[in-house]
Amino acid sequence: MGKTLFDKIWDSHVVVSKPGFPDAVYINTHFIHEVTSPQAFDGLRKRGIPVFRTAKTRATADHNVPTIDQHLPIKEALSRKQVEMLTTNTKEFGVELYGLGHPYQGIVHVIGPELGITLPGMTIVCGDSHTSTHGAFGAIAFGIGTSEVEQVLATQCILQYRPKRMKIEVNGKLKKGVVSKDIILYIISKISASGATGYFVEYAGEAIRSLSMEARMTICNMSIEMGARGGLIAPDETTFEYIKGREFAPKGADWDKSLAYWKTLYTDADAAFDVTLTFDAADIEPMITYGTNPGMGIGVTQHIPTLESLEDKEKPSFKKSLDYMGLEPGSGLLGKKVDYVFIGSCTNSRIEDLRMVADFVKGKKKADDVVVWIVPGSKQVEAQAKKEGIDKIFEEAGFNLRQPGCSACLGMNEDKVPAGMYCISTSNRNFEGRQGPNARTFLASPLSAAAAAITGKVTDVRELV
Amino acid sequence: MSKNFQHLVSTAVPIAIENIDTDQIIPARFLKATTREGFGENLFRDWRFESNDAPKKDFVLNNPIYKGEILVAGKNFGCGSSREHAAWAIADYGFKVVISSFFADIFKNNALNNFILPIQVTDEFLDKIFSAIEKDPAAKLEVDLDKQSLKIVATGEETSFDINPYKKTCLTNGYDDIDYLLSLRKEIEAYEASREFNF
Repeated sequence: MGKTLFDKIWDSHVVVSKPGFPDAVYINTHFIHEVTSPQAFDGLRKRGIPVFRTAKTRATADHNVPTIDQHLPIKEALSRKQVEMLTTNTKEFGVELYGLGHPYQGIVHVIGPELGITLPGMTIVCGDSHTSTHGAFGAIAFGIGTSEVEQVLATQCILQYRPKRMKIEVNGKLKKGVVSKDIILYIISKISASGATGYFVEYAGEAIRSLSMEARMTICNMSIEMGARGGLIAPDETTFEYIKGREFAPKGADWDKSLAYWKTLYTDADAAFDVTLTFDAADIEPMITYGTNPGMGIGVTQHIPTLESLEDKEKPSFKKSLDYMGLEPGSGLLGKKVDYVFIGSCTNSRIEDLRMVADFVKGKKKADDVVVWIVPGSKQVEAQAKKEGIDKIFEEAGFNLRQPGCSACLGMNEDKVPAGMYCISTSNRNFEGRQGPNARTFLASPLSAAAAAITGKVTDVRELV
Repeated sequence: MSKNFQHLVSTAVPIAIENIDTDQIIPARFLKATTREGFGENLFRDWRFESNDAPKKDFVLNNPIYKGEILVAGKNFGCGSSREHAAWAIADYGFKVVISSFFADIFKNNALNNFILPIQVTDEFLDKIFSAIEKDPAAKLEVDLDKQSLKIVATGEETSFDINPYKKTCLTNGYDDIDYLLSLRKEIEAYEASREFNF
């Protein structure tokens, strides 16, 4: 019997497999950032051991950084300390850092792919659950905790049990105004925030295949929001084309050898998945979430479920969620006023996202009482946007193009949505307090977010494109 | 934080909410510490305290009749962010066991790596625990790691739970994964040497 892509990569990275023990899996690339690494470096110090393979770990500062005036010292003392500690730790242990001010700095899951560090067939980990993003290249990539960060720093390996495999096929073609973010929000709304827990997902089907690399990254990025350990997509010409020529991508003879290997990375026709789910792209409309987990999503023209449609034991959590959001069961979201628009995060801050928004808003003006934050994923995305004049389009529309970082995705830096306010956001989580204490989040695509920026309310973008 | 676990009889703190994510367990703005200690004071921060830091009276951790070293929560506990700070906060507050009918993967690993035992039970048994505590907040639960059993002491209702044998050994003896991985140095170097594509 054939193997799944996941199993091909996993098997080729198992260093030791003993009955009763988790597999010791070799890690090709380890990304670190300032929030989940200090305690791991501390652990190495306590054990008196070095970083085992310094060249296989790369660091950047993203979660805590301000997105304006990055040339000034970070105002908040604890954030500043965490970023400074990353500098000290990477220097002491010999790890490469793309810190604030570095031309490669940015959100860890944006810079890996754009620098050609993320490659097909790799195992990739980072102390951040959205590491699943890198799966778009046909890599096994997943988020880990700080104890595991320490394992990888110490041994370049991690102990893991092999997850089950799930295939999610999206067939057919997307309709106008529907983009990759809508695909993944749709899937999560169908299978729930825990529907893929215990599984590693492979995305397949015509609708996935036809996506660009950046759109594929958006899909894989949110695998964790349905509980999956990670999600991957078999590499193809789109993948190879994207990688070719990037800063750290293989060159010359190495490229040819790598390419030949990458072309073997697909799921064999007779390989078995534990679960296969199939969706039709034509059923997907622009999506929006109404609740406090990413599974609580609906098509933008649909209505929030009524209490009667739920099972009794689901009701308390559902009511708590809608109370927090200030919404009524059974109501619709179209026309609901929004206060903030956030376009950014490791889900949707790449150059294509910015281009998509710029194309849409060109010649339009933002609604008066809406604050719009556009936060590029990296210094390189920022530079490219400026080169293409996208910053000017945003300026004319009344938008604010900020500097790279995680920004309003997680309420950890200066960019927070005030209590009680509604933010339509291209990020990945609508948890209570995620964008700031008592902030209310509607997750949506960059296109839907841009439409809300123009109208000042939740809008069906299909009416404007 | 105690570095091993074998047996526990304790009252439990119930939070009958589903999909409790790690942003609720410890909000991002409290992730700025650079050590593993002290996160307990911000455990469930925004459910526990008003924005002016006054305790919210209706939250279970502020109700003195509920206490103990066991946290019982609705299904899909610990979803969301990979932050190990969530496990550190739970341990620092004094919990040794978390019971739910479903755990998110990364949280489960993080809990075990911090010597917190995550016990997954059926939805039905979880309901029984919630009812027992509702009836009597002083109701005790008994956890036996060796036998892999969980008992509601008052009613004698008992269930078994799964834990993988490696993690069970680690928990019982206070070993951690790095000790084991460091012992594989030779195998790791041999693996590296054998790989053509060691990127």
